[in-house]
Amino acid sequence: MIPIAVNVALSVVGLSMLLCAYRAIRGPTLPDRVVAFDAWVSNLVALVVLLIIRDRIPFGLDLVLVIAILGFLGTVAVAKYLKGGDIFA
Amino acid sequence: MREILVLTFLAIGTFFLLLGSWGLIRLPDVLCRMHATTKSTTFGACGLLLALALDAGWSEAGFKSLLAVVFLLLTAPVGAHMIARAAYRGRVPLADQTTIDELKPVYETLGLWTEDKRSPGEVIYRSEDLQ
Repeated sequence: MIPIAVNVALSVVGLSMLLCAYRAIRGPTLPDRVVAFDAWVSNLVALVVLLIIRDRIPFGLDLVLVIAILGFLGTVAVAKYLKGGDIFA
Repeated sequence: MREILVLTFLAIGTFFLLLGSWGLIRLPDVLCRMHATTKSTTFGACGLLLALALDAGWSEAGFKSLLAVVFLLLTAPVGAHMIARAAYRGRVPLADQTTIDELKPVYETLGLWTEDKRSPGEVIYRSEDLQ
């Protein structure tokens, strides 16, 4: 039962990533794109988690942690750039 | 019993991920869209990680997924707050349906929002850019 549910969830998460990519490409302002990127990264985390549940990838959770950290760092960097133009201050 | 719990968390996580992305498409301005997508992080990704933790049980993968849940719950509100503040200070136009904006008089009283005084790199959007 769980593999069928994971396959259905994988297709739904893929559709959701497409919707986020639409907003990231179209989205009229730069904060829209950053919000869409953030949602896309959390969808990517969910995708890797579903692949771990289905295929038992041994190093998958390290991948999840690295993706989460990189997404957070990207969001914070662009937010600081939008605020004042200086990232490391 | 454990399988039912795993399926429940899978359903919750997937539903909220799709809901967050649908709100990202449908809602009118940045702050409304952010209101949808933060749910997709906290309920969606964390729900799926909890499903993985229940499925893996008392093992290394289970504890690592709980660690990932803690990390996501700590960082998602911080990132959303920073984008929201940057977007508001960059004067992204709000939707037409907005009824009240309580922060604007505060900024105008503090003198942060005059036309000639801008911080370097600040981007000003016009209302017709929203569509």
